[in-house]
Amino acid sequence: MIKEYKTIQEVAGPLMLVKNVDNVTYNELGEIELPSGEIRHCKVLEVDGSNVLVQLFESSAGINLDKSKVRFFGHGLELAVSEDILGRIFSGMGTPIDGGPELIPEKRLDINGSPINPAARTYPSEFIQTGISAIDGLNTLVRGQKLPIFSGSGLPHAKLAAQIARQAKVRGKDDKFAVVFAAIGITFEEADFFISDFKKTGAIERTALFINLANDPAIERISTPRMALTAAEYLAFDKGMHVLVILTDITNYAEALREVSAARKEVPGRRGYPGYLYTDLATLYERAGRKENSKGSITMIPILSMPEDDKSHPIPDLTGYITEGQILLSRELYRKNIAPPIDVLPSLSRLKDKGIGEGKTREDHAGVMNQLFSSYARGKDAKELMTILGEAALSETDKLYAKFADEFEKKYVSQGYETNRSVEETLDIGWELLSIFPRSELKRIKPAMIDKYLNKNGEMR
Amino acid sequence: MNQSKGSIVKVAGPLIVAEGMRDANMFDVVHVGEQKLIGEIIEMRGDKASIQVYEETSGIGKGNEVISTGAPLSAELAPGLLTTIFDGIQRPLEKIKSISGSNIARGVSVTSLDHEKLWEFHPTVSVGDKVTAGDSIGWVQETSIIKHKILVPFGISGEILSVSEGEFTIVDDIAEIKAEDDSIKKIQMLQKWPVRRQRPFKTKLSPETPMITGQRVIDTLFPIMKGGTAAIPGPFGSGKTVVQHQLAKWSDVDIVVYIGCGERGNEMTDVLHEFPELKDPRSGESLMFRTVLIANTSDMPVAAREASIYTGITIAEYFRDMGYSVAIMADSTSRWAEALREMSGRLEEMPGEEGYPAYLTSRLAQFYERAGKVICLGSDDKIGSLTAIGAVSPAGGDISDPVVQATLRIVKVFWGLDSSLAYRRHFPSINWLTSYSLYIDNADAWNNKNISPVWSEYRRKFMHLLQQEAELEEIVKLVGYDSLSAPDVLVLEVARSIREDFLQQDAFDDVDNYASGKKQFGIANIILEFFEKSKQALAEGANIKTISNLPARELIARAKYIQEAEIDSYLADVSAALDEQLSAAAKEDSAK
Repeated sequence: MIKEYKTIQEVAGPLMLVKNVDNVTYNELGEIELPSGEIRHCKVLEVDGSNVLVQLFESSAGINLDKSKVRFFGHGLELAVSEDILGRIFSGMGTPIDGGPELIPEKRLDINGSPINPAARTYPSEFIQTGISAIDGLNTLVRGQKLPIFSGSGLPHAKLAAQIARQAKVRGKDDKFAVVFAAIGITFEEADFFISDFKKTGAIERTALFINLANDPAIERISTPRMALTAAEYLAFDKGMHVLVILTDITNYAEALREVSAARKEVPGRRGYPGYLYTDLATLYERAGRKENSKGSITMIPILSMPEDDKSHPIPDLTGYITEGQILLSRELYRKNIAPPIDVLPSLSRLKDKGIGEGKTREDHAGVMNQLFSSYARGKDAKELMTILGEAALSETDKLYAKFADEFEKKYVSQGYETNRSVEETLDIGWELLSIFPRSELKRIKPAMIDKYLNKNGEMR
Repeated sequence: MNQSKGSIVKVAGPLIVAEGMRDANMFDVVHVGEQKLIGEIIEMRGDKASIQVYEETSGIGKGNEVISTGAPLSAELAPGLLTTIFDGIQRPLEKIKSISGSNIARGVSVTSLDHEKLWEFHPTVSVGDKVTAGDSIGWVQETSIIKHKILVPFGISGEILSVSEGEFTIVDDIAEIKAEDDSIKKIQMLQKWPVRRQRPFKTKLSPETPMITGQRVIDTLFPIMKGGTAAIPGPFGSGKTVVQHQLAKWSDVDIVVYIGCGERGNEMTDVLHEFPELKDPRSGESLMFRTVLIANTSDMPVAAREASIYTGITIAEYFRDMGYSVAIMADSTSRWAEALREMSGRLEEMPGEEGYPAYLTSRLAQFYERAGKVICLGSDDKIGSLTAIGAVSPAGGDISDPVVQATLRIVKVFWGLDSSLAYRRHFPSINWLTSYSLYIDNADAWNNKNISPVWSEYRRKFMHLLQQEAELEEIVKLVGYDSLSAPDVLVLEVARSIREDFLQQDAFDDVDNYASGKKQFGIANIILEFFEKSKQALAEGANIKTISNLPARELIARAKYIQEAEIDSYLADVSAALDEQLSAAAKEDSAK
């Protein structure tokens, strides 16, 4: 028998205080019945004596302190799952909103998950070919990795993410895959772009979508990514699928968190975000990975727009400390019409070293990668110098580097959103670009590799 | 023991308040709720105790029971520590895996060490011997390279009444000691020690031997001593963790304790998979045999993060007390500080800088002060050392961050990682202009004696050249490269060689990941030889362009990839090539 309380004491912002309750526990899910009969959801944030502080997921409009009823369910927020979630669209709270039939759940899962035992993880090392040179060649993605896209307002992160979702594959394997997509406070148009792209490619059949749009309740956003990840965990670790999770936009998530924190009058950390933002984000991101006893994997691509393109803003900053690298989009490259405008130097994939090389991509991969990185870095320095002092001020070698930097952006990075390059093509373009230099400049590549690959792709200078 | 039972009145995330706890002590471990979640009392007001819970508190509510165990959070110290991976409160993760599967369930109750496993105990004392606390009464071959000494626990001394030999578990009695007051103490291999208390020693000494890490930029320019303290601050992506892993792999210490504090799960998995494969360059045995791992990954409960640092350093101190040199790596202390901040916020304490509690600095100082070179307890004056290296992850990579600043006031070595170097793929990205080591004089003395008498001179030359480079770069930025004189260009070229051929070191290359002192000196020597000989060639009329493009320079660049055994003959060849090519250059260019 579930008890009903009519003892709402106060409602302020997303918080509500209920008096004289018993047997209510931390993190428990509840619902509020408005006088009109409408149902809203809430979650226990704090138990203090017989008072509980709850967080409302939806708007507080219409809640009447005397006439509204509150019920608690004795369990936390759960998601009903079955294999039928693929091809379906859910709200940010996990209820189907596509007009389709009710789901017959195989089981109900607590959306908070539980930490993965590091002793039970499998180190991700399976190369995923995204068909995008700047990623495959230089910031390689592997199965089970969490690799965010750091973007800014107006940058084409959605196109890039859709391209990855469309092209990503593990070569020589035909495993079951699925996409879980969580829209966290993004606009209808952006969500629609993803949905129609999935539809166009037929991927929609293998996709579960969790949609919280910009005009949906902000606090609901705190559960949306957890819903999506719970679905992903079920598909990956129960059903053995390889799941690609796209979360967009994490900045909206963090803002919802800040709203609740501010309403609770917690001591704020940087820029008003709560001190536990790191821990909170980690409980999302760390759900990606592979486990020893399961065939499946969760590869995660969170997208976040950096306020003012500032990488040291708390959200990208803390994200970067948790995720295994980042793909950074650059406004400067975007203006130069480089598509996708990936700034490869500050981008990074921490797991690349175990995912590349002989048997995975090609033996020369590591060398070419390091050489391209350092040559491009030096080329950009040279170009900077050139803008101040003019070309004449550069040494002969630096002129080559400046030329290389331009060619690199044009040929290597800028490939458009439709081109799907194999990793061999990517590596060969790398060699072609490197042939600009005399051999003595190629210090990062083993001589045997230079002998084998450089001559194949062009005359030595 | 006074077990007190209370009931919960308040739950706010990892902090709960229970009443009826008047009999409990501060910092007692308690069991919370039906699931017996583990927590620790961190504040007492009247009969109300504030408890930080080391596990997720969902489903805990008012009226749930809280039982105090009457003992503070303690580490189990006995054979079985090495090669094991523990969580922040010393629960073995492999064991948890066998109980709760690949995710960590709540309320799993396991002993830290295996109480049933038999160990072959070899006594080194006989009946009638007088022993005091810290004396070794025997040993167990814990792994093929480490003899785990069984020490007389703190507070016990007297005469050995009996001692056994053979196979025992860590909880079996292996000896009896008649204390001065005629009471008889039974000794087991297992000792417990409260993690927040420093383990005692006789005297602290000042560190004199460098800890050889095999990393050129560290050993040569910014050395750390055995018993010293160091901090590695750096923004994300600058390679903190790779540096920490390199140190854990190659440092010439007996025992390594590696704490993954609030970091990525996959990084710990990487260590777990990689270390058993790697061979210690000195013993030739697996590196795992000397390693203890503590993992509180970022998705594990935040309160246990605070404890993980203490658990780690207590285990490290225990091995130090056996007379071993121990290194502890904590990655990252910022996450630990954030855990402090979170608990402090929930206790509604007045915040200090950026919301961190006012006691942040003193807590950090307490941690680093547990490092040091000491004369251990016991009658044989064993010397043990404990080196502490903490990574710091400052917000936005800004080292004005309170955790960095508080750390820098304590530690003696600062390896500042630089993201602009990392973008350039200059690894390890330790910035040579901002980093420092206060041990430099001690290290110079040791290196001059043990490696080469000119070591300190070479080191100074390196630093000078790098400093000159920075100044010249400024000039180039203003007036261009062409305005430099030939000797200045040479300085730039040599400095580039120092950066690329010496300071850069590839952690993922089988040869380059470790360089002995001798090899480091050899490469430094050949770079400076190039400098001196080029200066002479310039004076004799060689063109700076010819020198810059000298083919032998490529040979210098390859030196780091040459095996230790072949390095001498290789460098001799390079030296000969330098002579030949430079004198040829001088002749040809002056003839033009």
